[in-house]
Amino acid sequence: MQQPRPATLIAELSYQCPLHCPYCSNPLDIGHEKYRNELETEHWIRTFREARALGVLQLALTGGEPMLRRDLLELCAGAREAGLYSSLITAGVNFTPERAEALKSGGLDHVQISIQSPDAADNDRIAGNRSFAKKIAAARLVKELDFPLTINCVLHRQNLDRIEEILDLALELGAQRLELANTQYYGWAVPNQEALMPTREQLQRAEEAVGRFRDRVGPKVDVLWVLPDFYEDLPKPCMGGWGRTAIVVAPNGDVLPCHAASTIPGLEFANVREHPLEWIWNESDAFTRFRGTGWMQEPCRTCPLGRQEVDFGGCRCQALRLTGDAAATDPVCRYSAHHDRVVAARDSAQTDELVYRAIKRRVRT
Amino acid sequence: MSRPRLVTGARLQYDDVREEHLLLVPEGAVRLNPTAAAVLELCDGERSVEEIVSTLAARYEGADLRDDVEGLVDGLTQRGLVVDAAA
Repeated sequence: MQQPRPATLIAELSYQCPLHCPYCSNPLDIGHEKYRNELETEHWIRTFREARALGVLQLALTGGEPMLRRDLLELCAGAREAGLYSSLITAGVNFTPERAEALKSGGLDHVQISIQSPDAADNDRIAGNRSFAKKIAAARLVKELDFPLTINCVLHRQNLDRIEEILDLALELGAQRLELANTQYYGWAVPNQEALMPTREQLQRAEEAVGRFRDRVGPKVDVLWVLPDFYEDLPKPCMGGWGRTAIVVAPNGDVLPCHAASTIPGLEFANVREHPLEWIWNESDAFTRFRGTGWMQEPCRTCPLGRQEVDFGGCRCQALRLTGDAAATDPVCRYSAHHDRVVAARDSAQTDELVYRAIKRRVRT
Repeated sequence: MSRPRLVTGARLQYDDVREEHLLLVPEGAVRLNPTAAAVLELCDGERSVEEIVSTLAARYEGADLRDDVEGLVDGLTQRGLVVDAAA
């Protein structure tokens, strides 16, 4: 059977990060021994070439904080040589003029900077690090160097009410794109779910503000706004479908179909040190387990809306977390027998207490 | 639109895996037919739409591509992927 062609490679260069965001999508065991064994430069560059040969066009250099990799410049040059369009997904705190200029001339295509809030003190509180001023300086430097700039802000109940300030800040900084990513409940967001889950009213006000901004500003700023799963009743095609469009490579070279796939017990992840990417994509257990529709159970198997190849059953990690079975229908779906658990989660008691991301040497169980 | 150019960071590339022309943009790609790729190669911020049309007419033996050029430039302008260098 002809396999789909991937379009995106998400290269998690390192789980080290100066920030401590309580919704980080990295695994909870980022301090585990296995992640300290980071890939060498040549592993990454070979992976970029193999990814391009498979059809990948877009490379996201991310982490943790990708700027903590000392070979970042070589990696950008390798990406350009391979024919990939490279994006640096950074917190912006290590984005010095010297390094930024070197990355520009080295072949980096695009810079995405995160903000945690448009308010300095609030940004620093959520990030667990004094970083706001550095982020703003980094964004200005990105523009001076004529990189395209994306600002991203992960949204949750503690910053959604500042949506208009976020939009205005992105406009003022000259961002071409603004990613407004409502928190997804994986990684560190799971222990923080009650502190992050927004109210329906907050989401509605924010969506209206986005609409007004788009009308006022036009295509100059492309605003990406995605409603969080928990307020929908049909699932999203998570990662564009399992093993269909994206490849995630963890700092140690493990290759995953999505950021959170390591939470699924029994899934075997092949490593780029040991296998060609083509084999991993086409044949490995992790990529073939939930690819296509053959693995589906009811109600997906006889979906009354015929959405098997629209949403691909939704998110496997969410199905696992809320039903105990990674092969179940994503309970966001109104036809899932467990949809009440999504409703209960969004209506659950809410708090403002945050659990900060931290690299611990011991794995929590 | 007087002198169209690609938005900052957009890059034309031929994808030899899919065998098609693409406009690569931050975290995305727009598939292009060969005519669209030829038009966008001329959107350098120096040529006017008029000049792009006449350059293509010379290249393709007098073909009148005015509607194609204007349609493509307008469509991509509305998506923020082409901007006016004279603005």
